[in-house]
Amino acid sequence: MEWFDNGWGLSLVVFLPLVGALALLAVPKDEEDTAKWVALLTASASLFFAIVAAFRFDYGDAGTFQLGTVKEWIPAIGSNFEIGIDGISLPLLVLSTAIVVLSIVYSWDHWPEPHNPKGFLILILFLATGMAGTFVALDLVLFFVMFELVLLPMYFMIGIWGDKTKMKLPGFNHEVETRLYASIKFFLFTLFGSAFMLLGFLALNFRGGTFSIPELTALGANGAFTGTFAFLVFGALFLGFAVKVPMWPFHTWLPDAHTAAPTVGSVLLAAILLKLGSYGFIRISIPILPNEARDWAPAIAILAVIAIIYGSLACLAQKDMKRLIAFSSVGHMGFVMLGIATLTPVGITAAVIGMVAHGVITGMLFFLAGSMQHRYHTREMARLGGNLKLMPVLGGIFGFTAMASLGLPGLAGFWGEFMALLGSYEPLAGLSLGVFRTAMVVGAIGTVLTAGYLLWMLQRVNLGEPSEEWANHEFHDADRFELVAWVPMLVSILAIGIYPKIITGPANDAVKAMIETAF
Amino acid sequence: MVNGISLMLAESNVEGLARDFGDGGLLAEGAWLIVVVPFVATLAITLFGKRLPWKGAELAVGAVVFALVYGGALLLTSWFGDGIVHEGSVKIGEFGGFEVEWGWVVDGLSSMMFFVVGLVSTACFVYAVGYMKGEVRWTAFFASFTLFAGAMLMLVSAANLIQLLIGWELVGVSSYLLIGHYWEEKENSSAAIKAFIVNKIADVGLVIGIIIAAITVGTFSISEIIQRVVESDSELDDVAAIIALLLFVGAMGKSAQFPLHVWLPDAMAGPTPVSALMHAATMVTAGVYLVARMFPLFHEMAPGVLDLVLIIGTITLVIAGLLAIVQDDIKRVLAYSTLSQLGYMTAALGAGAYTAGLFHLFTHAFFKSLLFLGAGSVIHAVHSNNMSDMGGLRKYMPRTFWTFIIGSLALAGIAPLAGFFSKDEILASFNEANQPIVLLLGLVTAFITALYMARAVFLTFFGEYKGQGSPHESPAIMTVPMMVLAGFAVVAGLFNVPGQIGAFNEWVSTRFVETVGASEFLGEHATSFDVPVLLLGLLAGLAGIYLGYRLYYPDAATQKERDRLYVRGLWPVLENKYYIDDLYMEGVVNPIKGPIARFIDWTNSYIIDYVVNLVGMFTRVVGKVVYGVLDQRGIDLAINEVSAGAGFLGGKLRYIQTGKIQQYATWLFLGAVALVIGFWIKVT
Repeated sequence: MEWFDNGWGLSLVVFLPLVGALALLAVPKDEEDTAKWVALLTASASLFFAIVAAFRFDYGDAGTFQLGTVKEWIPAIGSNFEIGIDGISLPLLVLSTAIVVLSIVYSWDHWPEPHNPKGFLILILFLATGMAGTFVALDLVLFFVMFELVLLPMYFMIGIWGDKTKMKLPGFNHEVETRLYASIKFFLFTLFGSAFMLLGFLALNFRGGTFSIPELTALGANGAFTGTFAFLVFGALFLGFAVKVPMWPFHTWLPDAHTAAPTVGSVLLAAILLKLGSYGFIRISIPILPNEARDWAPAIAILAVIAIIYGSLACLAQKDMKRLIAFSSVGHMGFVMLGIATLTPVGITAAVIGMVAHGVITGMLFFLAGSMQHRYHTREMARLGGNLKLMPVLGGIFGFTAMASLGLPGLAGFWGEFMALLGSYEPLAGLSLGVFRTAMVVGAIGTVLTAGYLLWMLQRVNLGEPSEEWANHEFHDADRFELVAWVPMLVSILAIGIYPKIITGPANDAVKAMIETAF
Repeated sequence: MVNGISLMLAESNVEGLARDFGDGGLLAEGAWLIVVVPFVATLAITLFGKRLPWKGAELAVGAVVFALVYGGALLLTSWFGDGIVHEGSVKIGEFGGFEVEWGWVVDGLSSMMFFVVGLVSTACFVYAVGYMKGEVRWTAFFASFTLFAGAMLMLVSAANLIQLLIGWELVGVSSYLLIGHYWEEKENSSAAIKAFIVNKIADVGLVIGIIIAAITVGTFSISEIIQRVVESDSELDDVAAIIALLLFVGAMGKSAQFPLHVWLPDAMAGPTPVSALMHAATMVTAGVYLVARMFPLFHEMAPGVLDLVLIIGTITLVIAGLLAIVQDDIKRVLAYSTLSQLGYMTAALGAGAYTAGLFHLFTHAFFKSLLFLGAGSVIHAVHSNNMSDMGGLRKYMPRTFWTFIIGSLALAGIAPLAGFFSKDEILASFNEANQPIVLLLGLVTAFITALYMARAVFLTFFGEYKGQGSPHESPAIMTVPMMVLAGFAVVAGLFNVPGQIGAFNEWVSTRFVETVGASEFLGEHATSFDVPVLLLGLLAGLAGIYLGYRLYYPDAATQKERDRLYVRGLWPVLENKYYIDDLYMEGVVNPIKGPIARFIDWTNSYIIDYVVNLVGMFTRVVGKVVYGVLDQRGIDLAINEVSAGAGFLGGKLRYIQTGKIQQYATWLFLGAVALVIGFWIKVT
């Protein structure tokens, strides 16, 4: 297995989907079954190797990058193919490869219009490589390439397979097709952030002389980056990552993109893509620019709690179920960012588990919203009702997942929220206690609003008697493809809730090591 | 992995403050089963309950019988042995320096709670098998019911605050599921949401309290926190009042104390066995249990908060007692009565009477769940909750009648039934604490208690039947659990007779092996009867019953006429629940759900997004302009173009078209590159 530990394993995890995508290009368009199997096999192989990596991983040394390699890549600019995982990236890597497989399984019989499974699967596989690549990249250029790689497939996924209805832009008279507006907004917003991020990366390279994240981390810990330079670089990185998270007020692409995207697009977006932003903070911004992180932390905490309250209140006003779930991400990622802003091991470990939990839970909610839309052909909650009566299994799973989303203890969502609040009572020494403790109280109040909108959503969608529109309608309850895709997610929601050590075991040591080096 | 640490007998025993307790051996080490078995049963019922012969009810009943037998064994072993104090734990995660554990405490207090929860659960579960026959969603009902049992047992066995919080909120969610069991009606699902949200609001306090305690002490362990209290740790002392206050806010939610009591009456929308078990005997006592569990912290370091506890408890016991008089729904009479009795328990703890508060929790669990089961039996027979549809039922339902009488007398505090002893000890503790006003209000409410129970009994069981059809006695599967509880309603008081029998006091003070001296902080415990208070309390009860007899015994053509007591000015206020619910709905909930939420959504679309869209359009316009300037006409035409662009901007601002993405991208990247070059020049 030595070859596996020398970077080949991780490379397989990252590039097998890409190989699958290229292979798919050769598959004729009407041989859909072949296309599905090629996609499923390559994605599963990628997941398999990610799991092997989890077994090969040395948990006693979770703070060190493992299973990686450094190979010369673009010598002209000094960029190497440097990869590796530690206890923070490992759970996210497994999560992202798993969600891809489940998305393909779910899609098996649920192709959004205009059909074309081949094209859709190619995009999913491209996304898979980009997402996994971001989590293993230890070189800023590689990171940037992977980070950007997810952008185009998602743009096409929303733009081609998205919601075709027309929408009126608030404040403007012109009508546009939802999918076009949403996809362009998503693309440009993210690109706007990435441009600054790239700028920041280049600046770090100019000053530090390397693109290697571990080397830059060591430099950062020794105080190599200071002053206005560091302040601006942090700001540039902040813009890149904050858009992706998204943090308030850079979040407005998210409700549109989520609502317009096809089901699998929303799932991948919520489950993984948002994590790329928060992961960027943990992997790059904080360890490389610790002093700047300290300066920026109160601002991040304030934006995070604004997102929590703002997102929850906005949810209460939504009439569209999918848009409501989308807005819930704003609030939940607020908790993740609050945890990160504390700059403590407690808070950042909370952020990591919060990221995984949000990935599984909100991904699951989008699956469910998609399946309901598939059956009812509407997302408007006023028209729904009595779903639990019409489809007991699907409704029951919906109820369970909503409970997980509101942070019910014993399920996955609880730990990230509670521990982020705990962290903000006592943030890193030197940070303003007033800001963080206020943030804690406001965040805790946010959990009440979160419970409010989720229970209200359940009441409107799941409970009550079915309206006349649906009462005599035959619905098929969750089918086997759906169940195969969902059961692993439901099990992991429960498992992480009961035994958070699955995530915190590796993550906590890595976070502790990182904080120790940085501060 | 299992790290069963039985706490060592304290070496500092020499000081004579700690008693010699046993560690309970294998029995205590395996006590985690009490919690795990119901959870496993819940999962099993959910997954394949429908395929079993009783559709899952057998697993549910089996799980709580197991808890009863195990809890009873622990209590008896502890009682007749040298007492058990044991703590076991499993590590389930770590966050920074905090270890998260799942643990189980076996001591006198938790054993007592295991027994109460086990016994009342068993009675209610068996009863539910009869009561829920033919009702919708049988299997889901038993799954949620079993989830509740597991959560409640998890809460009382909690060795650390985070586990307590988990049990606490799981209790809340099972309550949500069960209150909303008949969710076809919007009213019921709204009641469920209300219960959940009110509890969640209180939990904000609990969560923050736990956070502050954990950060200050460095661990979630309850015994560690108590240890610091005993050591008079100054760091803890600084924040103890805040911690105690916040924990009590949490307790106010679960134990439905004023002003967070509003959810409990609405919770009666759930099936009656649920009301009996959760909203009378167990779930609502969780707050009292929490204060009792943390009592040394309150008593030693936060006496001011204890005063607040007393005040809140007293307000609750009075206002809820009054509300019970005007209810027509028999379950609501009992619900307000429960609030009032919880007020007694809370006030007792506030007066520093640890044992008295817990003792009332103990006796009340039996007679109040009995009353609820009796009410359920009546409702089952007449198909209505309203006493205006009842009357004369003693002839039709003798077993229900007699058990209900026992429960009512026990609640009214008539000797020698259970409620007499526990209520008397509470009243005596008010006297002991030198709180004449509280004592007076306690006595007045004792009178009111007897009055509303007499009203309920006379309106329901006496006179002529005024409902539809012919009522019939409930089957044995429902009446037998009632008789068992009636037996406990008779004898439970005898576990704690001041000066004579100290068994109960012994149970609940079997704690703190390691934390030597902590038992000092368990407040006062009466060792003899306070005779004047005792006589006054008894007199208040008898007077209430007599007045009830005079008012409600005479039959009339309709129940409405029989319900003759009306106090001008006061009654409308009571019928509107002091307008508190209206205040919350109109003052808080509706504004947030309506205008505030809509405003936020509006800012999203019309402010943030407006800016975003403007920037998008502006970029596009600039792109066009620059393109025209550089590529098409040359620089000399720039001025014209810019002015044309401005004209375009002004005129076409209201339009957006789906432009070419490459164009945007190009410009963004050109901008970025320009900045990079600028940067590079500056750096080098």
